[in-house]
Amino acid sequence: MSSPVLKLVAQRLSLGILLLFAVSILIFVGTQILPGDVAQAILGQSATEQALANLRRDLGLNDPAYVRYLNWLGGVLTGDLGTSLANGTDIAEAIGRRLFNTLFLAAVAAIVAVPLSILLGLLAVRYRNRWPDKMISAVTLASISLPEFFIGYLLIFFVAVQLGWFPSVATVFDGMSFGQRLSAVALPAATLTLVVLAHMMRMTRAAILNVMQSAYIETAELKGVSAFDIIRKHAFPNAIAPIVNVVMLNLAYLVVGVVVVEVIFVYPGMGQYLVDHVAKRDVPVVQACGLIFAAIFIGLNMLADIIAILTNPRLRHPK
Amino acid sequence: MTKELEFLSRRVASGKMSRRDFMGRAAALGVAAPMATSMLTSAAKAQGPQKGGILRAGLVGGESTNSLDPATFASQVPFTFGRAWGETLVNVSPTGELDFRLAEEVGASDDAKVWTFKIRKGVEFHNGKTVTPDDVVATLERHSDEESKSGALGVVKGIGDMRVDGDNVVITLGEANADLPYLLADYHLIIQPNGGKDAPDAGISAGPYKIAVNEPGVRHGGERNENYWDSSRAHADQVEIVVINDTTARTAALQSGQVDMINRLEPKIVELVKRLPGVTIQNVSGRGHYVFIMHCNTAPFDNNDLRMALKLAMNREEMVEKILFGYGGVGNDIPINASYPLFSDDLPQRAYDPDQAAHFFKKSGHDGPVILRTSEVAFPGAVDAAQLYQQSCAKAGINIEIKREPGDGYWSEVWNKQPFCCSYWGGRPVQDQMYSTAYLSDADWNDTRFFREDFDKIIKSARSELDPAKRKALYRDAAVIVHNEGGLILPMFNDFIDASSARCGGYEPDPNGDMMNGFSLSKCWVAA
Repeated sequence: MSSPVLKLVAQRLSLGILLLFAVSILIFVGTQILPGDVAQAILGQSATEQALANLRRDLGLNDPAYVRYLNWLGGVLTGDLGTSLANGTDIAEAIGRRLFNTLFLAAVAAIVAVPLSILLGLLAVRYRNRWPDKMISAVTLASISLPEFFIGYLLIFFVAVQLGWFPSVATVFDGMSFGQRLSAVALPAATLTLVVLAHMMRMTRAAILNVMQSAYIETAELKGVSAFDIIRKHAFPNAIAPIVNVVMLNLAYLVVGVVVVEVIFVYPGMGQYLVDHVAKRDVPVVQACGLIFAAIFIGLNMLADIIAILTNPRLRHPK
Repeated sequence: MTKELEFLSRRVASGKMSRRDFMGRAAALGVAAPMATSMLTSAAKAQGPQKGGILRAGLVGGESTNSLDPATFASQVPFTFGRAWGETLVNVSPTGELDFRLAEEVGASDDAKVWTFKIRKGVEFHNGKTVTPDDVVATLERHSDEESKSGALGVVKGIGDMRVDGDNVVITLGEANADLPYLLADYHLIIQPNGGKDAPDAGISAGPYKIAVNEPGVRHGGERNENYWDSSRAHADQVEIVVINDTTARTAALQSGQVDMINRLEPKIVELVKRLPGVTIQNVSGRGHYVFIMHCNTAPFDNNDLRMALKLAMNREEMVEKILFGYGGVGNDIPINASYPLFSDDLPQRAYDPDQAAHFFKKSGHDGPVILRTSEVAFPGAVDAAQLYQQSCAKAGINIEIKREPGDGYWSEVWNKQPFCCSYWGGRPVQDQMYSTAYLSDADWNDTRFFREDFDKIIKSARSELDPAKRKALYRDAAVIVHNEGGLILPMFNDFIDASSARCGGYEPDPNGDMMNGFSLSKCWVAA
């Protein structure tokens, strides 16, 4: 069993690394195409020609683009992400804290959203076309249809302002206890949960229903197994592959796609950090963030593939 | 109920509600008169500055790219935080006078070329070192160095020579400037040990708060500097700035009590926010203004008849009413308003006149559409303003073609590059600085490409004129030239609109800038 899986993982990994290189080149080219450069962006409206020239020289912007790219690449390969062009801070350190925050929020949201959506999916199948199914679908589809900023504002208005249960500003910082952190991220995590719930729940429902058409399900029914046990024991294990795929896509979204939620709740995650630095044409930071996002995306997708293979005997033992 | 009554009693104490009205409201809320009277007394007692507590501001204008180096300050959060930890030589008071900080007094030679600043003795930096005249000179040197990237470079580059003379710093200017002390109130010019030459972003100065937390783009915090020299400031034990760039989130944070003051309310929501219990709108007409700028040296705007036609086709009252929702003042095509010292109010107000505009447009001989570039970042509501202007121009037979530009890159690619676009200016403390920033022929940001020797001459002679009456007359002459021949269409001066909660005491709007010109954290106190 192990050798084909290992080979597959190795293949995927090397492909992933190749992809990361391609992504880094794309990001670099992209930031070059944007109008204005980092010197103009830093000095803003009040830039004088002299100050611009000074800053460009200090930041090494006068080197040709490929030299700057290769310099950066050399740094990354030796574990040095460099310093931010905009404020001179160490990128690895700044990203480290932000990345932790992002992962924390994503984890809280995922711990609630993934089991909840799968459970709701199972319930929906169990009571297919009856009122629990319809209600679950209606509520989750309504929450995915609302723009996430709107859900955020609704939660802020009712839960933070009217009821005062949780803070509307989710600023987290060092020295906060775990409980305080949880309380701070409660509303953003709730928003994200509502956003990703429907997708995973619908996919669970569809995948299991698909399996439910099979002959062996009928056999089980004839055997007298209870409806929920059929779903849990026979249908769900065979529907894992598509569900895992959707779960991983949503997990990736929780990490890389939450900038709007971060802005609304003032959460110091990666998204806001990246946007600030894109606005300043701060290429090293954008590169580093892009690389991390790409790595997470590629990694989660790889994980989804591997889990799909491991749970499928036909793929696990190819002929 | 009690919350509302508390709020009302504070309004009485701050003079915004009469005692009689208060008793009436109290009766309406079912409170017995003796109890209402006692509330009133305690509120009045509480009006004096209270010591202690933590004062928090939720502000727009902070990015994770911000640095503590004062030379790089460009947005609201570093500006306001800098006011809390930094100290400058002088400040400009809300009424436009000099407020002496690290400089105790100032003297000038008769030709306004040699200035002597007496440096306050016995003031300590946060690191325990004493502030010396050498530190002041080093700071000014760092910012005036041509190599520097300082935002105050334009302000201090006129300094010819500096030297220390005992407790004094003597500055000799290359060219006379009667406004030098006002220029040195610039928020970039925070005095640092050895001028910050060793560690520009160390965040050490002699301000009311020491930096305790610095997470750019997230939050900044300060602890009271126990050795601060001025006991009339720094009331709260701690101050905190939370960066909240989203307007709705900012308002919600104020409403739910997570912050005590916020900046930059959008005019269109002010009426709604006003109704929230405990929230006070703090608006003040400032010197900032929104502009439509034409390059006077670029066709077709090199024709003054066309410029005049475009000025006359601007409906200024409509702009103030619809773009600022009344929170602002009507402009008169000069970058100066009554908030400035030495302002002459007798300049005739230019009014919307489609007939005259049509007349001048015909006279200019220009044919076809006029392209106006705008963007949502040019100023809040700039895209709407451009469309309103298009309508008012259409009535004069002028066809305006609006080009909407992306916000990202607007300041590098459109503003100061394209011949006709929307923009904004923050005010400056004095007229000379405003004119020399953007209207002199050799100005760094001459965004109307206005090259007039006679105008330059007037502004320069006003610099060396120490007699206020004569200076005022000179500034009036200069204003007339810009008003009639400049490339500036100035429809409105925008108010600074902040809001504070009942927890925040001592808020006094300051026309020099929002958040009490940045001093709200050190001048206000925790009232609850």
